[in-house]
Amino acid sequence: MLPTLEQIKMRLEAAVRGARVEIIPNDSPSGQRSLLADREHAFAVAKFLRADPELRLDYCSNATGVDWPEMEIPEKIKVKQTVAGVEKEVEQIRKTRRPGFLEVVYHLYAMEKKHGPVILRVRTENRADRVQVPSLTPIWRSCEFQEREIYDLYGITFDGHPDLRRILMWDGFQDHPMRKDYAAPDDYEYEPTPHDEVLERAKRHYSKRGAAGIE
Amino acid sequence: MAAEGELLEVAMGPQHPSTHGVFRMDVVLDGERVVKLKPVFGYLHRNHEKIAESTTYLGSMPYTDRLDYFCSLTNNWAYALAVEKLAGLQVPERAEYIRVITAELTRLQNHCCLIGFLLQDMGALGTPLMYAFREREKILDLFEALTGARMMCNYMRFGGCRVDLPEGWVQEAKQVADEFPRFLDEFERLLRENEILMARTQGIGTLPKELAVNAGVTGPMLRASGVNYDIRKVDRYGIYDRFDLKVPLGDHGDVFDRYMIRVLEMRESVKILQRALNDLPPGPIIDPKAKLRGFRPKPGEAYGRIEAPKGELGFYLISGGSPNPYRYRVRPPSLINLTILEDMCLGQLVADAVIILGSVDIVLGEVDR
Amino acid sequence: MLGEGIIKGMTETARNFLGSYVSKHRLVTVQYPEERLPPKEAARQFPFLVYDGDDWRKGLRCVACQICEKECPPQCIYIRKSKDKKPDYLGKAQLYPAVFDIDYSVCMSCQICVEVCPFDAIKMDTEYELSTDNRFEGLLVHVDQLAKSNEYYRRIHPVEAAETDGRLAGQKARAEAKTKADAEAKVKAAATLNSAAPTPTP
Repeated sequence: MLPTLEQIKMRLEAAVRGARVEIIPNDSPSGQRSLLADREHAFAVAKFLRADPELRLDYCSNATGVDWPEMEIPEKIKVKQTVAGVEKEVEQIRKTRRPGFLEVVYHLYAMEKKHGPVILRVRTENRADRVQVPSLTPIWRSCEFQEREIYDLYGITFDGHPDLRRILMWDGFQDHPMRKDYAAPDDYEYEPTPHDEVLERAKRHYSKRGAAGIE
Repeated sequence: MAAEGELLEVAMGPQHPSTHGVFRMDVVLDGERVVKLKPVFGYLHRNHEKIAESTTYLGSMPYTDRLDYFCSLTNNWAYALAVEKLAGLQVPERAEYIRVITAELTRLQNHCCLIGFLLQDMGALGTPLMYAFREREKILDLFEALTGARMMCNYMRFGGCRVDLPEGWVQEAKQVADEFPRFLDEFERLLRENEILMARTQGIGTLPKELAVNAGVTGPMLRASGVNYDIRKVDRYGIYDRFDLKVPLGDHGDVFDRYMIRVLEMRESVKILQRALNDLPPGPIIDPKAKLRGFRPKPGEAYGRIEAPKGELGFYLISGGSPNPYRYRVRPPSLINLTILEDMCLGQLVADAVIILGSVDIVLGEVDR
Repeated sequence: MLGEGIIKGMTETARNFLGSYVSKHRLVTVQYPEERLPPKEAARQFPFLVYDGDDWRKGLRCVACQICEKECPPQCIYIRKSKDKKPDYLGKAQLYPAVFDIDYSVCMSCQICVEVCPFDAIKMDTEYELSTDNRFEGLLVHVDQLAKSNEYYRRIHPVEAAETDGRLAGQKARAEAKTKADAEAKVKAAATLNSAAPTPTP
């Protein structure tokens, strides 16, 4: 039987020195909570998860990228205020700014022991330039194509991946399509259409980009 | 071993009759032996995951038909399972039985396609393929009578099925299930002891057990390498724990084992189908709490997976409380199974590379999404 | 003997080939377009609008509620409401669609518009021979081409049409019974009011 997430967290923090592991809650009826590992120790955490004799999570079923753009989280707090001379507790909405990041989620199962899933998450620092995370391909070979796809569609670079290049989009493609702020190009209708406005937009688009061309 | 300048680089595909879709393999050949092989795909990439972020949960259901376009009903079931986990919907018993029946019929017709295509790749130009398709037509006629379309069925809903079985469908399905073993016997008589089949598939493209588990291979390919992992038995989703399901395992992990595993799986599927058709209970078809319009699951996430005919098909959904999913991910079995294509093909002849690709059983709609 | 397996296979092929002359089970092809297989009851191709009676302008069931436009996954329906109202089969004044366009080249026959329509106004046709020579506008159909009568619907989907007709007739009967009961109650209330009211003293 799979030990509970709290027990796994305790054993991880005991086995991998310096690892900071958090449990992310999940309020939906599925109840699948996940472990968040920090970037520096994610590789050691994953190695422990595979090698530990009780867990033996030798099958990485799914590797997903998720884009969390910067957002403001509103929360209701009670603040003491003097209103008309009387001190009262008033409810206010305080907005905390949560910086944006990209996240990789791994679903791990065990084929020998037939238990699971244990969900592992690794986050990048921000969405702009510090987007490196360690690659778990040396531990589970099934992440090879999936991490390439996450690099292609989200822009997360995986340190230690044997062959990191685009897999679904063509090699000269510039942007990362699955990000939330991706704007689809307005010149994708390559064949003649009766929509004059599309042709006008395409002409303007090309004159802006100059001789760069389609790619 | 040839010198560096004598290696030949060939791009097999994307327009190639044996590559099962728009798929390209960049092979580097030394004479006829494969030295390096890189699969290239993305020609059918429609960014289904991004479309799903701007469509409602129900609106994504017809798009899931088009993922693995041979097995649309199992794709629908996997997505419905993930959403039911996310929203906590209960499926009534009759709907569960209908799901099992349609899933096993889908498995039968998918494996028919596979054995036909594999033999066609080997050179039996069309005869076994057309015999297999003759049986497949009967199953597709059943699907059309039930859902309205032969391939793009769009049948499962969150909490059950869309519409109840029409009159006489159970009789027709029982007839198809009873005639199926006769077709399998005929097929085996056609090709079982064929010397060409033996010579071309035994010992070709072996996949060792540890590499298969590490590379995340699932489905008949994994069981042909000897690993006993069938999600119908491990997760026991739906009502599969009521059926006595035997899992065939292979010894060597070569192309012949993968072919025979699929034939044996077809026989097991027929048994499950006959049992489910006999035990079908009356009752409602869909959870009464399920809503068609205005469906907003609570914020959270869920991962639901089933044993599709090609492997493990999983859907990972993150909900933000809105009618559209925040993140919608398909775990495609065909893409993950392609990870070790290079390892299997190294040192083999180029003609065998085609057969090994055929035995992996890929569908580009799923690989590229 | 080498080649025994191949010979056994060949006998199977010969049995199938010669058998296709005598048994129907082995001859599974249909000479299209001279012969056509009849479509199944539930078969679906592209949507069409149903109207009751003879004149589609008067009997169109669609009230331009735009639910199908919102729920359509590839967004191939375009509706513009009318400015005036006309009575529907229950006698209530309803809007009707001034413009109802479906782009058949975008439609993927998923049938979600049929499922969500609360008025049984849009149903699936079985017509699949729709080839045209204009790539862009040839498959854009307007409301006059989409409107087909309830008789046609009964011909192509007899079971579904019978069920829909029964349901609509039941709704109509219940609505009529309700108006009759309301009218009787009003008359009774007026009568009791008249008998119970005291005569005003001058």
